[in-house]
Amino acid sequence: MNWHRLHRLGLAVAAVFIVAACGSSSSAGSTDWSTQSSASAGGGMDALVAAAKAEGQLNIIAVPRDWANYGAIIDGFTAKYGIKINSANPNGSSQDEVDAVNQLGKTSRAPDVLDIGMKVALANTALFTPYQVGVWKDIPAAQKESSGLWYQDYGGYMSIGYDSSKVPAVTSMQDLLGSAFKGKVALNGDPTKANAALNGVMMASLANGGSLDNIGPGVDFFHQLKVKGNFVPVQATTATVKSGQTPVVFDWDYLSQSHGTDVPTWKIFVPSNATLGGYYAQAINKNAPHPAAARLWEEYLYSDAGQNFWLKGGARPVRMAAMQSAGTLDAAAAAALPAITGTPVFLSPDQATAAGTYLAAHWAAAIS
Amino acid sequence: MTAAGNAAAVIDAGRPLQGGRRLPLTWLGAVPFLAYVGLFLLLPTVIVVAGAFVDKNGSVNLSELQTLNQPYVVKAYMSSVLLSVESALIGAVAGALLAYVIATGNPQGLLRRTVTSAAGVLAQFGGVTLAFAFIATIGGAGFLRVFLLDHGIDIYPGNIWLYDLPGLIVVYLYFQIPLMVLVFLPALDGIRPQWREATESLGGNAWHYWRYVAGPLLAPAFLGATLLLFANSFSAYATAAALINQGNPIVPLAIGNLIQSEVGLSDPGQAKALALGMIVIVAVVMISYSVLQRRTARWLQ
Amino acid sequence: MKAGRARFQVFRAVMLVLFGAFFLVPIGAMFEFSTRGTGIAAPRTWAAWTSILTYPDLTNAIVASLELCVITSILMVILLLPTMVWVRLRLPRLRGVIEFICLLPLTIPAIVLIVGLVPIYYFMALNISDNILTLSLAYVILVLPYAYRSMDVGLAAIDVKTLTEAARSLGASWPTVMARIIVPNIRVAILNALLLSVALVLGEFTFANLLSYVNLQVAIAQLGRANAGVSISTAVASLLFAFVLLMVISFVGRRRPPSLAAAATDPQYLTSGQRT
Repeated sequence: MNWHRLHRLGLAVAAVFIVAACGSSSSAGSTDWSTQSSASAGGGMDALVAAAKAEGQLNIIAVPRDWANYGAIIDGFTAKYGIKINSANPNGSSQDEVDAVNQLGKTSRAPDVLDIGMKVALANTALFTPYQVGVWKDIPAAQKESSGLWYQDYGGYMSIGYDSSKVPAVTSMQDLLGSAFKGKVALNGDPTKANAALNGVMMASLANGGSLDNIGPGVDFFHQLKVKGNFVPVQATTATVKSGQTPVVFDWDYLSQSHGTDVPTWKIFVPSNATLGGYYAQAINKNAPHPAAARLWEEYLYSDAGQNFWLKGGARPVRMAAMQSAGTLDAAAAAALPAITGTPVFLSPDQATAAGTYLAAHWAAAIS
Repeated sequence: MTAAGNAAAVIDAGRPLQGGRRLPLTWLGAVPFLAYVGLFLLLPTVIVVAGAFVDKNGSVNLSELQTLNQPYVVKAYMSSVLLSVESALIGAVAGALLAYVIATGNPQGLLRRTVTSAAGVLAQFGGVTLAFAFIATIGGAGFLRVFLLDHGIDIYPGNIWLYDLPGLIVVYLYFQIPLMVLVFLPALDGIRPQWREATESLGGNAWHYWRYVAGPLLAPAFLGATLLLFANSFSAYATAAALINQGNPIVPLAIGNLIQSEVGLSDPGQAKALALGMIVIVAVVMISYSVLQRRTARWLQ
Repeated sequence: MKAGRARFQVFRAVMLVLFGAFFLVPIGAMFEFSTRGTGIAAPRTWAAWTSILTYPDLTNAIVASLELCVITSILMVILLLPTMVWVRLRLPRLRGVIEFICLLPLTIPAIVLIVGLVPIYYFMALNISDNILTLSLAYVILVLPYAYRSMDVGLAAIDVKTLTEAARSLGASWPTVMARIIVPNIRVAILNALLLSVALVLGEFTFANLLSYVNLQVAIAQLGRANAGVSISTAVASLLFAFVLLMVISFVGRRRPPSLAAAATDPQYLTSGQRT
């Protein structure tokens, strides 16, 4: 009988110890999310959500609301988790994002997450911290960095957007040289500065006999546009499009789509002989002031909801193939994407560098 | 002994001695300003200028300054200076004229208040929206251009000059003229009506008045304000970036490209070298301005 | 004489009309654009204007910008005006240096100047304060060229030396000289400097944007991405807001009826007084 009592006492003591140990680990164990490379490593999605809510804020940069329907994503995230999003420098370039990371260092205003072009991403991996979202395997291997430093998020094709009520229908690149387009064609940015513009000139090159390694014919094409008086150097904004000052704009198809809200007669044309695609990439700042919120944001972006938001914005989300086979893709939005008839090609980083060097030497002279 | 003489004696006693033993106390008066400016302006300027002498590998040499030799950079400087000189001169004359129209009105009147307040707002107005305002008016499809076209006048017989340097001058006037009005108005307020009466009583006419009396007195303020307009136009960036988004024909645009380029052409060292060039040019302009000032001040003696 | 005056008034009227047209027509074009509907032959709409009110962060941004205006203006006046007077009176050799320093902020584009300011702001953010109001320290620098030139023109128009000598000989302390002699005489110049400062702070975008703060213009840029009409209506609204604010300030700076003390130090009486 003594032995039984002792046995039960021992069990009770052990039970108390175990419960105390479990209790202390859950109360004292606030994970340092800045070093976690996946949600499961940090204790699961619920722990991530709780930690992110405790942080309460997220700093994003260079994310305009009308860029691939980011406005809906921002609203959706805030509505779902109650985390306030501080959006800085809406019109910034990828380089501006990286500069902000460097300049704001460890302050509380440094960007938590980045959405940048591939060239800037590859050049600045030292600033990122690896993280793999829950659906990591859905992202094709070629579109992510193996440890999770960067991972592509959405992309599209370079296109010619035009207001069909102000100019005739565009069926090929050569149409733009016609007299109906006098003073009407604009490029979204300077190609020596903006990634989108560089791809625009490259698309012109592909359509005029050039190749991914040779952007020369593209520069010549724009020179011809300038000589004919069709090219205007003004910065194309939603206002200039709506007022009819820049009725034809070279831009990514998903960015071009946002003009459709202001101009119902806006149409998007992707040449069949020059189907140039480009993807952007996500990365988390190593010194993110809100590491848990940053990771939760990434999880949200790559969730079905987030990816479908981008799809509604006219972009092609990176999980598109996986979601299509799983049946979670928004079919109506997918059907609304511009028709792609040619074989898509993508610029490699080296080709982009070579194109940039050529442009630096020849662009200013070509369009002045 | 006049009161003025007594006053002079009292003030003399307070002046620092020739030996300079009391000099530090006088210099103390400038210390707060110099300390503040030293921290928030001179230090950043030194950081920027020093960056022009450090190349990409971190060693100190003049390689980044080589960028100043490139033909497109030289052309950009020339375009910048020409643009700034023209917009400054036209803005100064037009602004002085408008300031004169205001100054000769009721000093407490509504017109003066409205114009000075509007001038304050418009002097700082710029960027994409100013560019759009002009694009919407005289752009390719601007309502004024279309209106004139319907009446047989084509303001763009060749290419659209609005999107080129002449257009920039016109758009810059939009903030140069208000700036001139605000800065020059106190000088016009300092003109006493007695001077005009004195000139006329001596037999002079309006030409004599402006050439020999008011002109020389207003010249220093006019020159100073023109200098401000020059510098204002020289470093203006956002408006030019919206109107001439291709090709970087002026220095601020070239600098913007070197800092913000996301296609691999960003080079902060070169940007700082270009900024150093801008400081040098403004310093040169300032020297010629102070020479001019001393000349005009001689008229007052 | 009367014919000359009438001709002059006609000249003034013509000038005002021409300048008025030059400045108001582009704003009218912006306003017209902001009321356009979407699509061909769509009716005019105020939607671009009413949607401004639905933006929650705009109030915070407006308040922050107004606070920045106040702090910047106060700092500018207490920093610049005594220094300018002191240099005129005691340190004439420093005048060229001060003039160049006060032109320096305009020689370098803001996008480059920020590169030099970032280390200082980084240090401040980590050790002193991260608040948006620290922007006022940089804004004082941006305002220097305009404030200096404006007050310099004002100081040149009065005889600072004689005024201060007379006041000091009558026993006035330096604060009294500044507050009751100098300031009332260059009231217009100071007011114009304040107008330029307030307008600059309200219209400033680059510094706040690159330092990731949200002031009025950054909030407007954000809001402007909603659609084309809103991007223009917010800009026009911001101009109107600044204009109303400046009008209010200019009424506050109204010249009070001249008192005996003021008359005793007014330069035109001073010169006539010396004849006795």
